[in-house]
Amino acid sequence: MAPYESWGRFIASHPSSVVPLRWRDSLPALSDGPYLAYGKGRSYGDSCLNNGGTLLDAAPLSRLIDFDRQRGIIHCEAGLTLDALLNVIVPAGWFVPVTPGTKFVTVGGCIANDVHGKNHHRAGTFGRHVVSLTLARSDGTQLHCTPKENVELFAATIGGLGLTGVITTAEIALKPIASPDIDQEQIVFTSLEEWDGLSRESDASYEYTVSWFDASRSPTRGLLFRGNHAAEGKGHAQRPSVHLPLRPFSIFLRPASMRLFNEAYFRANARRRGVHRVGFDPFFYPLDVLANWNELYGKRGFVQYQCVIPPAAGLAPVTELLSRIREVQSFLTVLKRFGSLPSPGMMSFPKEGVTLALDFPVGDRRLMPLLDDLDRLVANAGGAVYPAKDARMSAESFKRFFPQWESFARYIDPRFSSSFWRRVTYSE
Amino acid sequence: MMNVAVIGATSGIAEAVARRFAKEGARLFLAARNPVKLRAVADDLRVRGAVEIFVHQIDFADFEAHDGLIAAARERMPTVDVVLIAYGTLPDQKAIDRDPPAQVAAFTLNATSFISIASRFANLLEDQKGGTLAVIGSVAGDRGRRSNYVYGSAKAAVHAWCDGVRGRLERAGAAVVVIKPGWIDTAMTAHLRKGPLFMSAEAAGAAIHAAIIRRERVAYIPSWWRAISFVLKMMPSSILARLSF
Repeated sequence: MAPYESWGRFIASHPSSVVPLRWRDSLPALSDGPYLAYGKGRSYGDSCLNNGGTLLDAAPLSRLIDFDRQRGIIHCEAGLTLDALLNVIVPAGWFVPVTPGTKFVTVGGCIANDVHGKNHHRAGTFGRHVVSLTLARSDGTQLHCTPKENVELFAATIGGLGLTGVITTAEIALKPIASPDIDQEQIVFTSLEEWDGLSRESDASYEYTVSWFDASRSPTRGLLFRGNHAAEGKGHAQRPSVHLPLRPFSIFLRPASMRLFNEAYFRANARRRGVHRVGFDPFFYPLDVLANWNELYGKRGFVQYQCVIPPAAGLAPVTELLSRIREVQSFLTVLKRFGSLPSPGMMSFPKEGVTLALDFPVGDRRLMPLLDDLDRLVANAGGAVYPAKDARMSAESFKRFFPQWESFARYIDPRFSSSFWRRVTYSE
Repeated sequence: MMNVAVIGATSGIAEAVARRFAKEGARLFLAARNPVKLRAVADDLRVRGAVEIFVHQIDFADFEAHDGLIAAARERMPTVDVVLIAYGTLPDQKAIDRDPPAQVAAFTLNATSFISIASRFANLLEDQKGGTLAVIGSVAGDRGRRSNYVYGSAKAAVHAWCDGVRGRLERAGAAVVVIKPGWIDTAMTAHLRKGPLFMSAEAAGAAIHAAIIRRERVAYIPSWWRAISFVLKMMPSSILARLSF
């Protein structure tokens, strides 16, 4: 069993205890604390950790409650993974309205982090598709929250990092699909300006867009992936996920092997021309094929840095950011334009602009000071850094990114907290 | 279509196995003590694909209720293709070490009430000349150990009873499958420290489902527990008495 780590494996996890949640109607008494619900540990930093406190393991809350196959509304317990959900809804002609890059996350985690996907420009965040949720508070109450009922707690819980209580159930509005397959196309670009035009054009006619970027090279180059649900077809078989002993093979640690990987990835994809039909697994979840790919970063782990730069600032901050990170190694740079659809969450990260996600192996001494510099750059541009992926931002940076944090804090359950929250709200 | 009766349907292992049967479109008869939990399990299995679900609320320690359980299963399903008996309690051995009534109560639920229910289902399978009686035993029943000998002795009784009744039922075309789970991550083991050797309830459910379909006589879950059990069975009592697990 997983030792309740976070995905980056950079911050050690030391909960004082772990309590499994098995039944939504008979939760354990939450009279101690601080508590934090834990799902699948796919948050990268410490937003899913509660060192010194109690983790409430929500994974056993994995039951379906109802599925309205006509209207496409699924009602389930919040520990259900998207993987398990897809197994039920895809054969019935439905898909999750928004999905992150892995299906091994829980519905509750998708809500608490208000996750986004390759269709943000069309569908906004996951929170927009939450019809209702049940929030269990430490005082023993279970509150039904919707955009019309317990409105403030609903808004605080979407993107609320699990701090408002335990999300026990949710109703999600699904998306109808004619086929589980995706018609995918990838296009090479060689500059940020070229990407800018290409991504605007693609967003207009494609449901899903995302770009991969080789940040280790100058001049830069990358691949834009775009796709739509296929109009027909029974779909490819689902792909299994394998768990391999990867710890001895930390290839992402060495610059040479990282460059080699980027080169191979670019060549393999740049060769494919035109539209081709693929299963949803390789399109949405390419990394899920290796259940523990995070171990490729060695025993010290890695940090991810995802930020958003609002359109008012133009492309200049993005260009500067990309040139700054050449000082250290980065692998898997992902680029995407967020659309203007507002998120219902009070603390949600996505907002209109360009978002960049960068992975860095831990170890280079220049890394943390560099990321602090990037924080200032992002804050000056009016942007923000994604808490679900963060393991290192300062309290000062956090408060600049999320000035609404104080009004949000009123909705936090008095017996709930997280390692992340204690770190970013710490003040002398 | 398979007709499957799950006795003790709210146990973590039973629920994981039932999800497999539900996905295949089985008709399910679910029995358990707590009606709220039973309802939660039944709703889940319906969404996962079970074509028809019947629930039956019962306190397994109440021997008077056992006839009613079998009658309800017989009434709801044309035949009983699989009966999975999965209820039980894992007492805290230290807490009951010097508590004779508590030991008897745990043994009564895990062994005596099991025989009361299982023997009724055995008669049903023998009469209908087919079907599978699947029973959740335990590796703890292979050898009495200091850390769980009350639970272990009840499971040993279950194993011996199954070994014997198998000879009777196989002559009628029915099968007896004894599942011996090792370390599975469920509510029953929530208080134990989880090592890397713990198997997820989901993986255990898949393995148990496969063993039932194959009509395996004795299935260790995970399968490598068979080797550990072999060593334990061969171990001289003088050494066993010195172990603390």
